[in-house]
Amino acid sequence: MSINTEMAVRVAAITQVAAAVKTFRLERIDGAPLSVFSGGSHIVVSMNDGEQLRRNPYSLMSSPDDTSAYEISVLRVANSRGGSAFLHDRLEVGDHLTISQPVNLFPVDHRGRKHILFAGGIGITPFLAMMEQFTRDNVAFELHYAMRSRTHGAFWQQLLERYGPRRIKIYFDDEKSLIPVETIVDNQPLGTHLYVCGPSGMIDGVLLTALEAGWPKENLHAERFLAPPAGLPFQVMLEQSAMAITVGEHQSILEAVEAAGCEAPYMCRGGACGQCETAVLSSDGELEHNDVYLSEAEKAEGKKIMICVSRFKGQQLVLQL
Amino acid sequence: MTITFRQETFRDDFTFRNSPDNIRRFPFPFDHDAYMYAVNMEPHVRGAPNSVFENLIDVDEHYVAEMQDRALVLKEDPLRCQALPHMMAAQWDTLELIMEHQAADYPEHFSLTKDGDLWHWINRPLGIDDSFTFGDASTLPYPPMEYITRQAQGDFCIVDQRDGNLWMDAGMVTTQADWSLDFDIGMNFMEWHGPVPLAHQIGVFDRALKFLLNLQQGKPTRRLNWTMTVNPRLDTSPENYHKWGPDRLTVTPENVGRKMHLRVELQSLWRLPRSNAILFVIRCYLISLDELVTVPKWARRLPRVLSSLPPEIVDYKGLTRNRPIMIDWLNAYDDGAPTSPGIYPD
Repeated sequence: MSINTEMAVRVAAITQVAAAVKTFRLERIDGAPLSVFSGGSHIVVSMNDGEQLRRNPYSLMSSPDDTSAYEISVLRVANSRGGSAFLHDRLEVGDHLTISQPVNLFPVDHRGRKHILFAGGIGITPFLAMMEQFTRDNVAFELHYAMRSRTHGAFWQQLLERYGPRRIKIYFDDEKSLIPVETIVDNQPLGTHLYVCGPSGMIDGVLLTALEAGWPKENLHAERFLAPPAGLPFQVMLEQSAMAITVGEHQSILEAVEAAGCEAPYMCRGGACGQCETAVLSSDGELEHNDVYLSEAEKAEGKKIMICVSRFKGQQLVLQL
Repeated sequence: MTITFRQETFRDDFTFRNSPDNIRRFPFPFDHDAYMYAVNMEPHVRGAPNSVFENLIDVDEHYVAEMQDRALVLKEDPLRCQALPHMMAAQWDTLELIMEHQAADYPEHFSLTKDGDLWHWINRPLGIDDSFTFGDASTLPYPPMEYITRQAQGDFCIVDQRDGNLWMDAGMVTTQADWSLDFDIGMNFMEWHGPVPLAHQIGVFDRALKFLLNLQQGKPTRRLNWTMTVNPRLDTSPENYHKWGPDRLTVTPENVGRKMHLRVELQSLWRLPRSNAILFVIRCYLISLDELVTVPKWARRLPRVLSSLPPEIVDYKGLTRNRPIMIDWLNAYDDGAPTSPGIYPD
């Protein structure tokens, strides 16, 4: 039995906050209060883009206690799969969208006595909500926020005003200022937790530096915005539905299944939570695992696939769906 | 719906009884004539009217008496209610959840009004009328979890989610089936389930943990668990084993109908919004065999379940000594006719 907890919202405001970043304010159409949430949460936004139904996850940046509206900020990506292009170029104030309940795959560790946040570009969004939460709970934090340039970076002026220059440190690529990660992770008090959100390379670099400095991995937290990668189209046979579908170049298996009118379980749509795990009944080619959920052994065994992000190269893939 | 609350005891003279209407409400846990551990979770949504599933937080005729028993347990042993320091946001989440459900579903008995952060809570059955500031523990007479769980039936565990696991970091546990919060507090999911036989080997806990890690806001889940208890005693804790353990030796074929109780836990699990923790509610229901056999389907099914239990489960649930006496007595009510599938009376 599938219970629908999605909500219909209207776009109450759209604000250009930086060169390629817009903030979208979403309010429930029925006027009921939105649920409070925990900092680091995201929502999955369903958008009707012409014929295509898109579902993308976006971090909630608004205050976790604000039940009047949710705010998300989206970077207009040049080679967008379509989500950011739709939101930036076609969506208007007053339009309707459907959103999921908040889901948190990037939560704060409540035991932390101090929290150090590393943000790269649009990776700032989950930290905006987290910092509201830290302030409410009177918990120590500091933010290190790297941006391309002063015009491309969003919110840095407001953050400096709200939280002050001792807690907010800003860095601009085009001014050659870089986050001194090694210095920061050295000598932090026991019980400090570290969080990083931004481009994949930045995340890898920060985590590696912290591990090499002796941080336990339990104190390191990262959120990667994994978009389903593109690839050559391929055929999939859905055994239980007795249906053959084609997965397009810029389409995930999950999206192709949904477009064919089938329902498949999902949650994060970013390869992290495990909800969309599907059994591979047979495959005469190569599974391309793009998720961060299955173990190396499970990936090698080839009996499971995370259909929200992973792909296939070969003649036919048969799934238990 | 106005409830008439019973005056009864769960210790000493054991005057606890179910009213006839309440017997048919009982969450009989067996949907067929055998039992094995399973990940038997289902969405926690409103169920059949006049069943314990009608409301998501169930208040029944035993409410006042249970809260009195809880207060006695806590007076004797304050360690039944503990919260690790990092769980305060989860405590407030829990207070909000219970207050909102009880006020919405039992408006004759509970009222909740909010003016921003200024909340006003009235609990008529317990004679409580308190105004407080949500988020400010100094405005309540007890810390938030203790405050509200002294006014809610069942045990409550708040479980922190981190490092790909769940951690028992707070709880109010006074109606437990032989486990200790003081011993378990701070343990993770696999650790606190350590003693359960068979289930680990068949992968029940691996699957349950994965499922619970993905539990979502707005989609609580539930399952039923069961054991048998001699006398309608709620506090069957390890801490008080010296008080209730020997009761097992007092069961005879003459008194088993009156003394032996089926004890069912309606467990519900809720994703908490501010803390991202999980609230684990363990709502305990008791029914004597005398009361149970007034429902013919249950009278037939229970001896069949008891006879076919794996020995490890018999042992773990403490049934070894008295199972033969129970089965003998119950068999009088089993005419061998088929029982219908499902848990509800015919």
